[in-house]
Amino acid sequence: MATPKKDTLLDWYRQMVLIRRFEERCAELYQQGLIGGFLHLYIGQEATGVGAVAALRENDHVITAYRDHGIALARGLDPKAVMAEMLGKRTGVSGGKGGSMHLADRERHFWGGYGIVGGHLPLAAGIALAAQYEEKDEVVLALMGDGATNIGYFHESLNLSAVWKLPVVWLIENNQYGMGTSVERASGAKELVRRALAYSSEDGSGMKMGPRIDGMDVLAVHDAVSEAIEHARKHGPILIESLTYRLEGHSMGDPQRYRTKEEVESFVESGPIGRFRQVLIDKYKGVESTLDKIDEEALQAVEDAVEFAQNSEDPTYEDLISHVYVD
Amino acid sequence: MPEITLIEGLRQAMDEEMARDDRVFITGEDVGPRGGVFRATVGLFDKYGADRVIDSPLAELSIVAIGIGAAMAGMHPICEIQFADYIFPAFNQIVNEAALIHYRTGGDWHCPMVIRAPYGGGIGGGLYHSQSVEAFFAHAPGLKVVIPSTAYDAKGLLKAAIRDPNPVMFFEPKKGYRLIRGEVPDGEDVLVPIGPANVTRQGTDVTVYAYGMMHHYALQAAQTVAAQDGIECEVVDIRTLVPLDKETVIASFKKTGKALIVYEDNRFLGYGAEIAAILSDEAFEYMDGPIRRLAGLDVPGVPFAHTMQDLFMPSPEKIASAIRDLAAY
Repeated sequence: MATPKKDTLLDWYRQMVLIRRFEERCAELYQQGLIGGFLHLYIGQEATGVGAVAALRENDHVITAYRDHGIALARGLDPKAVMAEMLGKRTGVSGGKGGSMHLADRERHFWGGYGIVGGHLPLAAGIALAAQYEEKDEVVLALMGDGATNIGYFHESLNLSAVWKLPVVWLIENNQYGMGTSVERASGAKELVRRALAYSSEDGSGMKMGPRIDGMDVLAVHDAVSEAIEHARKHGPILIESLTYRLEGHSMGDPQRYRTKEEVESFVESGPIGRFRQVLIDKYKGVESTLDKIDEEALQAVEDAVEFAQNSEDPTYEDLISHVYVD
Repeated sequence: MPEITLIEGLRQAMDEEMARDDRVFITGEDVGPRGGVFRATVGLFDKYGADRVIDSPLAELSIVAIGIGAAMAGMHPICEIQFADYIFPAFNQIVNEAALIHYRTGGDWHCPMVIRAPYGGGIGGGLYHSQSVEAFFAHAPGLKVVIPSTAYDAKGLLKAAIRDPNPVMFFEPKKGYRLIRGEVPDGEDVLVPIGPANVTRQGTDVTVYAYGMMHHYALQAAQTVAAQDGIECEVVDIRTLVPLDKETVIASFKKTGKALIVYEDNRFLGYGAEIAAILSDEAFEYMDGPIRRLAGLDVPGVPFAHTMQDLFMPSPEKIASAIRDLAAY
């Protein structure tokens, strides 16, 4: 696969930094009590989200689970509207009804984050069925965590997509832990991508088992997901697995007794943003100043988003009772 | 005017709506060449093809969730659950996704779909082929819940449900599939709006509220007590459980002052409890007797043995007896 152009790579860097800064600020706001409820950070997994979403066309579709801030921002949702949603404001992407775990934007074909683990997977199959029926050349990218591969939705959805040859890329973001339970404590197959074999035939029909990829390398993710999307477009479903790592707890306030500090530290060093920054510095002489500028702009964009959100109106009683039914 | 069965009304509704709008499709277990376990979709596979009458794997949550995803993407799916008893694997998808998507996205998406399921006892189906599940879904705002009791309404309400932009739970009294017959005009666009209840018998002494098979029985019971006891019942077919036509429900109570609510689901927290609560709250001064419910017993399932099944279920005789008690109060 041809290496993307410099501008594209810089844009991926920008997205990854924006997501990181955005979420760091969210953590602060959470601790200040300005973001309520639950907050699941994507920190450490940015390369997977950015690389995968970048492989989509505009008219393709993306759907994910509750750890969705990174995917939303990568898909181009306005950080202001996302931050306003985090703070439960009228100006949020869902008018404050969705919150952190349920961001969605119809225009950008971002079908949302979903709060029930695995519950969105059969919906992805339905979206793909509609695209197939209407003979639209559109692919659905369905992301999920490793934990979702153990619930029935996953298996029914994979089977159905194989039977009906639906244009879906099933992408497991294996961040090693389903909340506090490590993959090998929850799954019979340690290599989760092998689950595809259960829905594939000897003659190659059915679900394609795709690669396990280095999810900390945005270039590797982009390459693999691009190939997977082409497969889905032409032949039907494929399962791929991105090996990544969640550097923060499952959600805010997670004491993380299930893993050691040393383990976490080992992933900090190989973190996706620093790694990609180094790739860019090695590749483009004198790019540091550009990267520094991107870093500053990301900080500013996040501050602007916070200001916008904080100055936005709270939802009203009318908002509460609206959108129960379509008239 | 031709007389048809309730299930033929359903079949005609699906046929006509599929002909009208190619975004309408059917999926479910054996809905295709076999025509469905009760044969509600018979002939549709041959007419519309495998792309629009889609046999699914035996997997209820997928049947429903595929429908939700496709509905969000602009299609109008009809998802058939073979028996209402089998709907629970899809419960999460229905109450957490279908009911919520319009609300949680601030109106960005909606979910125009119908989930059809035969419900109810009286056919000796036993524990897992006799259940009434409407109360679970009537409790979830965002869903509409519809139960027809006549062939005409079966056709007209299902057509309206298919055109409705919201997710509609459409429960069908399976005992009445072929037992209930009625005149339905041919070649006319029979549409019964979702919402209004139907006063199917005028009376002054007692109002009997019911839906589905129990409405059919309620009419029989009303005739019996009129002939034998001179009691004139008003009968209200609820037919749309959500949104409830409170106006019609309350108006009839104001006329009679006595309410008997009949449903075959378990009595405790069944749908009729809500009607009772509404009447006592909003028409208290018209009350001329206790608001009574006649319902299935509070046992975990409808047992197999016909003796126990008959003891469990309301019947025309039991309804007549309850009407007499209430009229005498």
